Amino acid sequence: MADMPQDAHPDAAKLAGLAHTEQYAYYMPENYAFRSEKGLTRRVVEQISYQKNEPEWMLKFRLRALEIAEKKGRPKWGPDLSHLNFDDIYFYIRPQEEKGTNSWDDVPAEVRETYRKLGIPEAEQRMLAGVGAQYESEMVYHNLKEEWEKQGVIFLDSDTGLQQYPELFKEHFATVVPPEDNYFAAVNSAVWSGGSFVYVPAGVEIDVPLQAYFLINAQSMGQFERTLIIAEPGSRFHYIEGCTAPTYNSDSFHSGVIEIIVKERANVRYSTIQNWSHNVYNLVTQRAIVQRHGSMGWLDGNLGSKVTMKYPSTYLMGEHAHGEVLSIAFATDGQHQDAGAKVIHAAPYTTSSVVSKSISKGTGRSSYRGLVQIHEGATNARSNVECDALLLDDQAKTDTYPYIEINEKTAHVGHEATVSKLNDEQIFYLQSRGLPADAAMALIVRGFLDPVAKELPLEYAVELNRLIELEMEGSVG
Amino acid sequence: MSEHSLEIRDLHARVADGEAILNGVNLVVPRGEVHALMGPNGSGKSTLAKVMAGDPQYEITGGDVLIDGESILALEPDERARAGLYLAFQYPVEVPGVSIANFLRLALNARREEGDEIGVMEFYARLQRAVKALDWDESIIERNLHEGFSGGEKKRSEILQLLVLEPSYAILDETDSGLDVDALKVVAKGVNAARGPEFGALVITHYQRLLNYIVPDKVHVMAAGRIVKEGSKELAMELDTRGYDWVRVEAGLNPVGDDEHAPRVGA
Repeated sequence: MADMPQDAHPDAAKLAGLAHTEQYAYYMPENYAFRSEKGLTRRVVEQISYQKNEPEWMLKFRLRALEIAEKKGRPKWGPDLSHLNFDDIYFYIRPQEEKGTNSWDDVPAEVRETYRKLGIPEAEQRMLAGVGAQYESEMVYHNLKEEWEKQGVIFLDSDTGLQQYPELFKEHFATVVPPEDNYFAAVNSAVWSGGSFVYVPAGVEIDVPLQAYFLINAQSMGQFERTLIIAEPGSRFHYIEGCTAPTYNSDSFHSGVIEIIVKERANVRYSTIQNWSHNVYNLVTQRAIVQRHGSMGWLDGNLGSKVTMKYPSTYLMGEHAHGEVLSIAFATDGQHQDAGAKVIHAAPYTTSSVVSKSISKGTGRSSYRGLVQIHEGATNARSNVECDALLLDDQAKTDTYPYIEINEKTAHVGHEATVSKLNDEQIFYLQSRGLPADAAMALIVRGFLDPVAKELPLEYAVELNRLIELEMEGSVG
Repeated sequence: MSEHSLEIRDLHARVADGEAILNGVNLVVPRGEVHALMGPNGSGKSTLAKVMAGDPQYEITGGDVLIDGESILALEPDERARAGLYLAFQYPVEVPGVSIANFLRLALNARREEGDEIGVMEFYARLQRAVKALDWDESIIERNLHEGFSGGEKKRSEILQLLVLEPSYAILDETDSGLDVDALKVVAKGVNAARGPEFGALVITHYQRLLNYIVPDKVHVMAAGRIVKEGSKELAMELDTRGYDWVRVEAGLNPVGDDEHAPRVGA
């Protein structure tokens, strides 16, 4: 079998596929208005830019990024990517759905079908779809949006953002993650489409999370989304990359770039829980730069996918800047979650905290890959890293690659790692209280993730629990 | 007698692929009664408790356990719980990140049909009653299950769960071990609060002390993996002063077993 890893059992792929047939057997026929040819070529990049009617500078940027990607080549470290074949991938598909939906009826039928197949009750489906209790109707959302607009907040999909605010866009775009940064950032830069464009003016504080679901449409949910978030001085808000319906996207490659600029005293939280189908390579670059007294928090949940490589990074550039990462990874059969965090302390009195929780099951493998770097002159910087791994059975694997580079004597850096195995005594105890074995396991897993989950708004915590239950299904013979 | 009782019939069990520990236990606890199970260390009391609850560490080699006349041995531990059995563990485990309130709500709902989940108000009322019965602070319900609990708090939690889950039959596995007198009284108060015509209990203890506060209807004495003597609550007093050797001798066993010692007098 040509597409199998060398060390895998010949039937492993088949078995893994079977195990997930039920859970992921809902690929819907795709409707699209335009589709590029397969593969990553100059012609495809030109087509994308043409289709989007972009300014000349963006086309040039894309082509330059393509060259960089070709020169760089793929990373030689980390998970096995040898089966990721670009020649089989459509790099741009523009579906037919109209933009700007926010009532239940407007949620694409495929998405609703997905929820139905997941067996989620309708009330919960609506909530998951972002049209539930909190955002009962289009009215509520429009009211919110109007209020935000009055305050000068921009919240658009990136394509529209580029069209409507070309200067603001150009000023910040690719300043945090330039195409030179890494191979997949270069690929994204060449073919990006969709994502969110968020601009919050100085001093504006938003209490209701900005949810990407508001923007749901073909543009925002793409495979190569490009999100650009600008927090002007003293602003404060929470952005949530919502909809985690597992992949009504049958494509096997997702590579997003998220750029966040946190200016002085601004406070930004970015939360995402992703649940890709088990055939997806999920290779994402998420990065924030934080100025003086600014604060950046990442909450990053990685479920699903075949391979995930994702290390939300925070560059603490000004004094007293603060960065925080809470990360969850769940690797089940055939999956490799290579996730973690990067924190760069480049100024005095900067502080950071990383909490990583990973779970591995069956042939799943989860790795924590983290970097804490303290630059010379970044006096009195403090950083604390905690990684906890939970193995659900004897077969599951976990590993930790904590890189710490300290070039400053006054730094305080702590690192703590634990590995635990799902405990038969705990399961028996919970069973003796009436919980079936699979529910007992799911409860233990949820408890393990609780320190992260409780940072999520309720509806997302509910959803996370539901996703974990799905992943746990069939765990008990 | 089997209509409303917890019945153990000629039960034999061993550690999976290991030595035999239970060698034909016979015992009946009618609903509405509280019985004590006493015996020296190593006599098989705790094993009996775990075997009844379905601990996979043990293998049953003969006999039966019945709840109200129905055998439960083919049931999973959770099915036994839902059939009305409750085990208060000697060493309750910690489950980090899971609050007592959340856990108990799930455990109660596991006993109910989907769509018939317990109401929030009803649940909290029940929980509060239980917390009060144990003279506990209400904040306890938001703490994670046994995380950072003292030995005494863990035991109290076992009784709290019993009061909330309202089983038909409870087995208390040395709930008194490691408790000071005050904690003992609180635990006993909780168990006595559960007493009633719809509740039967088997209180396993090494010492008579607990039985001053939970007065048993009947006392069973175990040695070498079977019941060797039964009697009224006075038997417990007698064991406390005389130790267990005489019972063993009566039953035709050596005075002191391989891995056991007579209890300290007056302990």
